[in-house]
Amino acid sequence: MTLSKLMMAAALAGVALPANAQDRTEIQWWHAMGGALGEKVEAIAAGFNESQDAFQVVPVYKGNYTETMTAAIAAFRAGEQPHVVQVFEVGTATMMAAEGAVKPVHEMMAEADVAWNAEAYLPAVRSYYSTPAGELLSLPFNSSSPVMWYNKDLLDRVGADVPRTWDDVFAVADKLQADGHECAISFGWQSWTMIENYLAWHDQPIGTRENGFAGFDTELVFDEAEGLTALLQRIADSQEQGTFKYGGRRGDSLPLFTSGECAMWINSSAYYADMQQQAEFAFGQTMLPLDTETAEAPQNSIIGGATLWVLSGHEGEDYQGVAEFFNHMSSPEVQADWHQSTGYVPITTAAYELAREQGFYEENPGTDTAIRQLSLNEPTENSRGLRFGNFVQIRDVINEELEELWSGNKTAEEALSAAAERGNALLREFQSANQ
Amino acid sequence: MRTKNVTFKSPWLPYLLVAPQLLITAVFFLWPASQAIYQSVLRQDAFGLRTEFVGLANFRRLFADPLYFDAFVTTVVFSALVTGISMLAALVLAIMADRVLRGALAYRTLLIWPYAVAPAVAGVLWWFLFNPTIGLVAYALDVLGYEWNHFVDGTDAMALIVIAAAWRQVSYNFLFFLAGLQAIPRSLIEAAAIDGAGPLRRFLTIQLPLLSPTVFFLMVVNVVYAFFETFGIVHATTRGGPGNDTVILVYKVWRDAFEGLNLGASAAQSVVLMVIVIALTAIQFRFIERRVEY
Repeated sequence: MTLSKLMMAAALAGVALPANAQDRTEIQWWHAMGGALGEKVEAIAAGFNESQDAFQVVPVYKGNYTETMTAAIAAFRAGEQPHVVQVFEVGTATMMAAEGAVKPVHEMMAEADVAWNAEAYLPAVRSYYSTPAGELLSLPFNSSSPVMWYNKDLLDRVGADVPRTWDDVFAVADKLQADGHECAISFGWQSWTMIENYLAWHDQPIGTRENGFAGFDTELVFDEAEGLTALLQRIADSQEQGTFKYGGRRGDSLPLFTSGECAMWINSSAYYADMQQQAEFAFGQTMLPLDTETAEAPQNSIIGGATLWVLSGHEGEDYQGVAEFFNHMSSPEVQADWHQSTGYVPITTAAYELAREQGFYEENPGTDTAIRQLSLNEPTENSRGLRFGNFVQIRDVINEELEELWSGNKTAEEALSAAAERGNALLREFQSANQ
Repeated sequence: MRTKNVTFKSPWLPYLLVAPQLLITAVFFLWPASQAIYQSVLRQDAFGLRTEFVGLANFRRLFADPLYFDAFVTTVVFSALVTGISMLAALVLAIMADRVLRGALAYRTLLIWPYAVAPAVAGVLWWFLFNPTIGLVAYALDVLGYEWNHFVDGTDAMALIVIAAAWRQVSYNFLFFLAGLQAIPRSLIEAAAIDGAGPLRRFLTIQLPLLSPTVFFLMVVNVVYAFFETFGIVHATTRGGPGNDTVILVYKVWRDAFEGLNLGASAAQSVVLMVIVIALTAIQFRFIERRVEY
């Protein structure tokens, strides 16, 4: 793997080391936070480096989530792995299965000399990244949750209240269309927002074996959820009136909302900074709509975002540094600041309370939507999160099949069952590669 | 034809002279190719902690997958369109540039420019131009009464990647066509003109046959380009969507390896691609080249 060595060298050369760096033990931290988020990450590392003089955390930007994870894996295969790597939530099963390559956070914290309490983390965040026995595997860092963004100016213009249910959403669409405005709703990251979170929100399973938490022999069952099938069909059919407009995968549909074309948009709460920059109208965020056909009240939403995984194969004392750094990072001050400037949720209860004390939610109404959704109820087996192998590919499969639905080539039932079938084949492949 | 035999004094000198080329071939082609073949018969987890020899299972799974066949068809359609459109456009431009007397250098420079733009950058530019919400081209099409949405419409998506891929290649083809046209002796064309042949006739009976080596060469280069170097364009614009409508073979190789972390499946696809290109090149040189007049 000469390539990854080269990349390492290039990355190292790009980081200016302070004069006393040689006395300090260096901790490599590979992350996927570009732009403004990247600057924030640098600031967090700098804050830690100033707070003590034994360790030097070196953050290195490695591209988007997929690229960062692939780079770390390639580096591991070449024996050049960083200490800490940021991995997105759907990579969890892959990292977890790599026993011997990763050092579980609960283990590292127990071995290190730091005061640390896993209970400090919010249950909805903690549960996603814990073993079924409740042991934390990776450190939650940037977590968000899907919310419904709405164009307040448009809603006010037609005298519509902020929708609470899917029926409300379609009613708002009717009002908008009566006023000559076509598109009411769009969304991004559709597997995450419209399938994974829909099911958690209505306390229904995505897959068997506790959504994969209990073992690799899990199977996807989202195609059996009748409410989901009916809703997706209803959304697809509403394209005829222009109620729904599909704007592409991931965040590609953002311009649909920020240009004012679609009045509502379901996607991550972490788009807060983008909204402030791009939307030239009053906007707000509210909880995900409830499907009253499926459930009477919402359960809780699940997170997206990334965690920090510790890779094995370094000197024992290095891990003391990683543990101290993790402790610093989880402090209420660091977390509350991160939350308020990015729109990611505060991941500890203390940080949430600190943000509240600082009056952030009063000044910026709606910014606590994601965290309120996440902590709405104690997570159940269905709403704790999911742990499927090959899930990056499965999300691609879901994207593809949903696009067949939006194009009118398949019905919701056909698209979902094809997605589940193809997804299950990928799960079996993962199972046989990791046994 | 006369051939010249060159002899070296030292028997080692010729080997020494070709050594750099051999070394480059070994390091950048033979070694990776052998790695791909080796990986294609293994099943490995992402970190390489567990490796299992599975024989041809990766290939069997590949050929049993109807989507792989779809990707193959998509690739053939895509390559044919990219090659056809970019060569035709380049030929027309080259013929026109060949006739220009004043400011020829400026035209040529401008036409060659796109070739210097990296595919990923070009992809992003096209993404913006054709974005159904904020894109200029999409807006213009909307004015003309066509609702462009490559996120939902597979034909739109295919058109987008074909335009983006062909656009860049037009420059390259233009260079070769222009050079080819300028190498044709003026006296031939003038003689034909004196005999009363019009521009079209002169082109069809004199220029085109004399250009055939260039046409042949460019066809090989363009097909190989469409097969292998268009990953960046698909990645930056459609990401294979909607559905699987724009998943071409090389994009699938990348996706399975770098997003799916499934090295065995991806390596098997690389091997298939390798075989396809070797076969394609062999066919082209064996059968088509014979009919080309040099």
